[in-house]
Amino acid sequence: MKLQLLNLDVKKDFPILQKKVHGKPLAYLDNAASSLTPEQVIEAMNQYYREYRSNVHRGIYQFSELATEKYEQAHTAAARFINARPEEVIFTRNTTESLNLLAYSLTRNLQPGDEVILTEMEHHSNLVPWQLAAKEKELVVKYIKVTEEGKLDLQHAAGIISKKTKIVSLVHISNLLGTINPVKEIAALAHQRAALCIIDAAQSISHVPIDVQQLDCDFLAFSAHKTLGPTGIGILYGKKHLLQQLPVFLTGGGTITEVTYQGTQFQEPPVKFEAGTPAIAEAIGLAAAIQYLQDIGMSNIHEYTTSLTEYALQKLSSLNNIEIYGPRNSEERGPLISFNLPGIHPHDVAAILDEEGIAIRAGHMCCMPLVKNHLKQQGVCRASFSIYNTPEEIDRLVAALQKAQEVFHHG
Amino acid sequence: MAETLDPNHLGSGKEDEELYRENILDHYRNPRNFGKIQQCSLQQKETNPTCGDEIELFINLQQGKAAEVKFFGRGCAISQAAASMLTEHMKGKPIEELQKISPDEVLAMLGIQLGFIRKRCGLLCLKTLQKGLQGET
Repeated sequence: MKLQLLNLDVKKDFPILQKKVHGKPLAYLDNAASSLTPEQVIEAMNQYYREYRSNVHRGIYQFSELATEKYEQAHTAAARFINARPEEVIFTRNTTESLNLLAYSLTRNLQPGDEVILTEMEHHSNLVPWQLAAKEKELVVKYIKVTEEGKLDLQHAAGIISKKTKIVSLVHISNLLGTINPVKEIAALAHQRAALCIIDAAQSISHVPIDVQQLDCDFLAFSAHKTLGPTGIGILYGKKHLLQQLPVFLTGGGTITEVTYQGTQFQEPPVKFEAGTPAIAEAIGLAAAIQYLQDIGMSNIHEYTTSLTEYALQKLSSLNNIEIYGPRNSEERGPLISFNLPGIHPHDVAAILDEEGIAIRAGHMCCMPLVKNHLKQQGVCRASFSIYNTPEEIDRLVAALQKAQEVFHHG
Repeated sequence: MAETLDPNHLGSGKEDEELYRENILDHYRNPRNFGKIQQCSLQQKETNPTCGDEIELFINLQQGKAAEVKFFGRGCAISQAAASMLTEHMKGKPIEELQKISPDEVLAMLGIQLGFIRKRCGLLCLKTLQKGLQGET
């Protein structure tokens, strides 16, 4: 096929890509799980540890003031990245914690029988917290169906989002099917019924430009470690007036204006949601990662990874005896492809690929009900792409999959 | 046994080693003692949530010995081959000996170096056996 790719020239920025695995160059195709980290991000965090290591907020000395400034700049950078205001961005540990915060705090004032709408393609992180909250508060959880093709059944969605619905929480890009969901339309549907809409942007944040004003979602969650940033820091965006009303989740140092032995007054958001010493180095690393992405340009990134996904879809489809899941059109999916080689367990496929220096993920991808009920599989293999991946790496993937078929079927 | 991974030595050595040796593929394709025993003295099922591997072990004891052993399950080649090999090893052995089977013995049967995560696949059968034997003295 004819492949026209932008030349992003980024491989040199990722020190880990100099490494060899089993004597072969690393082809890192597990970006949907976690992305690699460029030198610029590592250096920003190192600089904090080497040059102005101190705690943020109440330190009245030079290093603490610098750390505080950098930490607050990270809020601003994260907010601008999604077109929000700095006070609308809360730093958490990861997407999972952001969603746990919402599942806890948003359900405090709900009544028995109130409904929470999820989809059948949610990651466990956007499923388990709601199940627990529903059990505690006697809420009803309903799931928007997934079609045979791996898309949301929008007719079904329109049917189950009702006056009883208080919250609609859904994934933007499925980490298993790759499907890009029409979140703007679902948010509008939720608002028509006076419900709130939450978007799990864990996969989409590094693939498409995100604008929370344009999506008009009420909350949105993502992690730094899937956006070339460090592990240990996540983001929760919420509309300002909603965050002001929202009951607190984790509390303690840093969240208060006044504490007496009788009670506590909390600060305004985002401070009231950021208890304890935050992930300072990680916030600084996140800001550096956002700068790095913005220097390349999110639309360039989107174009590059979409072309690469298209190439991978075509190459993988040319293999004999492969099942590929999710939409077949690369425009309708994120930069990830889940598949199975029938008769070979995903872990065995991944192990053979590892011997070739190719890193993919194998298993249920934290979507157990989707894998078992919808795909009727025990697990899947998933290859996922980022800006440093190349068509040559996809050729190596395909060759290694052929090798796996030879090992297992012709041994 | 594979030791803890040292990042300085990642990717060095072991390149020539085949993970899917013929004996493992043979046990995977033609598992020994595969099936269920309807009425048995001991029955235990365990799963490995990382892979979704499942192993169910059935043992019939006679005079304190494993007279009949079967396993049923599905999962990756390593988990299923290990279970097949372990059931062969268990047959005819007294409970006290079954209780003493060590992880190293099972890994030695497989005869390959397993990394930290794949060890859970290889040792799922032993975990199932050990859970099943709890309370048997």
